Amino acid sequence: MTEPVFSLKDIIVTVGDNVQILKSLSLDIYDGDFITVLGTNGAGKSTLFNTIAGNLAIDSGQLLHHGHNIAHESAVARTNYIARVFQDPKMGTAPRMTVAENLLLAENRGRKRTLRSRGLTKEKLTEYAQITQVMGNNLDTRLNTATGNLSGGQRQALSFLMATRVKPELLLLDEHTAALDPKTSEQLMLATNQQVTQNKLTALMITHNLTDALKYGNRLLILNAGNIVLDVRGDDKVALDEAQILKYFIV
Amino acid sequence: MSIIVSSIGQGLLWAVLGVALFLTFRILNFPDMTVEGSFPLGAATAVTMISHGINPYLATLTALIIGSIAGLVTGLLYTKGKIPILLAGILVMTAALSINLRIMGSANISLLNQKSIFSSPILQHLPKNFDSVFVGFIIITIITLSLMFFLQTEIGQAFIATGDNANMAQSIGIKTDRMTIMGLMLSNGLIALGGAVIAQNNGYADINMGIGIIVIALASIIIGEVAFGDLSLNGRLVAVIVGSILYRLVLLAVLSLGFSTNDLNLISAIVLAVAMMLPQLRKALKFDTVIKKGVTKHD
Repeated sequence: MTEPVFSLKDIIVTVGDNVQILKSLSLDIYDGDFITVLGTNGAGKSTLFNTIAGNLAIDSGQLLHHGHNIAHESAVARTNYIARVFQDPKMGTAPRMTVAENLLLAENRGRKRTLRSRGLTKEKLTEYAQITQVMGNNLDTRLNTATGNLSGGQRQALSFLMATRVKPELLLLDEHTAALDPKTSEQLMLATNQQVTQNKLTALMITHNLTDALKYGNRLLILNAGNIVLDVRGDDKVALDEAQILKYFIV
Repeated sequence: MSIIVSSIGQGLLWAVLGVALFLTFRILNFPDMTVEGSFPLGAATAVTMISHGINPYLATLTALIIGSIAGLVTGLLYTKGKIPILLAGILVMTAALSINLRIMGSANISLLNQKSIFSSPILQHLPKNFDSVFVGFIIITIITLSLMFFLQTEIGQAFIATGDNANMAQSIGIKTDRMTIMGLMLSNGLIALGGAVIAQNNGYADINMGIGIIVIALASIIIGEVAFGDLSLNGRLVAVIVGSILYRLVLLAVLSLGFSTNDLNLISAIVLAVAMMLPQLRKALKFDTVIKKGVTKHD
C-alpha cells in the first residue's frame, strides 16, 4: 500500500484528573479513505477528532501528516489541510452573513487573506447557485439570505459545502446529520456520500447510525474505551452486519 | 436656526465615535470600555502637541495612532492575557487617566490663540457653526467610505466572521485573535481621532472629558437602529451617523425644556435607556397593532 496521508502513532490523550481518553491509539488514514467511526458515548470518538484537528494536545505519541509530525501545529494552522463539519448546525456558519458570503469566506481557507475586494461577482453567484442546488434543499434560492434565517438542514448542508469548497486533505464529519430530522438527515447523508465519492475526498465520519455506518464508506472503525477495537475495509466491511457490530459495543 | 446647525455639526463630529464603536459593539459583539480612555487620550495628545506648536493635522493623526495603541493593549490583555473584555477595557481606561495627566501636565489645556484644524482659511468664510458641519461632514465621510470599502475586502470579511462565529472562523483558518486586536486598534484609533477633533472644536482638552463617552456613542448606534430597523451593513453605518445627529437634536430639545448642561450625562443615559427599551415597549404596548388599526378601514 502507498504512504498514509495521516498517521497516528501510539497517541495518548488525557484530560482532567489523569483520565486517559485515548489509550495508545494508532491509525493510518490513506488517500481516498471514507471511514465511518462508531462507538459508545465516551469511547473517544470526539476526542480523536479534536486531537487530529488540533483542539486537544496529545500527551505522547505522534501525529504524522505525510510523514511530518504536526503535533505542535495550532488548530488554525491545520485548517490548511483539515476541514471539519460539526454536529450543531450553529457551529459551522456565520449567522449574520449571507449564504454566498459564507461560501466566499470558506474559499479562502488555506490562503492568505488580503485587502483585495472580496470579489462576490455575478459569476461567483451563478457558480454558488450550481453547487448549492446539488444539496437539493432549496439552498440555491437563498444565497442572499443571512444563514441565521435558514433551517437546520440548510445550515448543515452549507457547512458541508463550506468544508469542501477548498478540497481538504482530510474531512472530519462529527455526527453532522445527527441534529436533523430523519428525512433531512438522509438527504444530507446522500449528498455527503455523493460529494465524497465524486471528489475522492478522504473523510472520517462519526455516526451513531449503524445503517449509515454500514452503507457508506469503504472502511469502518469501532472505538471502545479509547482504543480501536475493529478496523475493517473493503469486502470485509461489506460482509459486516449490524448484529456483528453490536457485539463490539458490549464493554 | 443657528442652534440647530450647531447640533447637526456636533452630531457629525460625534458620529465618528458611533461608527468607531460599531466595529466592536456590533461587529465583534462586545462592549469595549477602552473608549472612555482613548477618547481623552486622543484629545490630550492632539491639544498638547498643538500647544507646543506642532501642525494640527499632524497632531490629529498622531492621536489616531496613540489611540490605536490603547486598543492594542486592551486586545492583548483580552486575547493573550485571557482577561474578560469588559475588565480589560476598564483597566486600560483607568491607566489612560494617569497617562493623560502625564501628557497634558495639568488637568486642562486650552487652545486659546492656537491654530487648530478649525482655523483653516476656507472655514473662516463660512457662516457661524457651519465650520463644524463642514469639518464633521468631511471627516465622517472619509471614515465611513473607508470602512465600507474595508469591510468588503477579504480581511474585512474575516473580521466580520470573527465577531459572528469565532469557532467557524477558526475552522476556516482565520486567526481570530489577530482580527479582534485589529478591530480594537481600529476602533480606538478612530475614537482618539474623534477626541482630537472634538477637543479642537471645543478649544480645550480636559482630563474628565472621557466620562460617559461610551453612552453617547452607543446612543447613536441604538437610535440609528431603532429609527431605521433592518438595513445592509453599509446602511447601518449611515444609520449610526443619522442616529448621532438625532441624538444631538434630542439633547437640544431637552435642554430647551430648561435643563442645564450639568444634567447632560443623566439625559444621555436616559435617552439611551429609552432607545434600548423601545422595541420591548413597542411590543408590550402593542404600538404596532394600534397604529395599524388607526390607519386601516373599519369593516
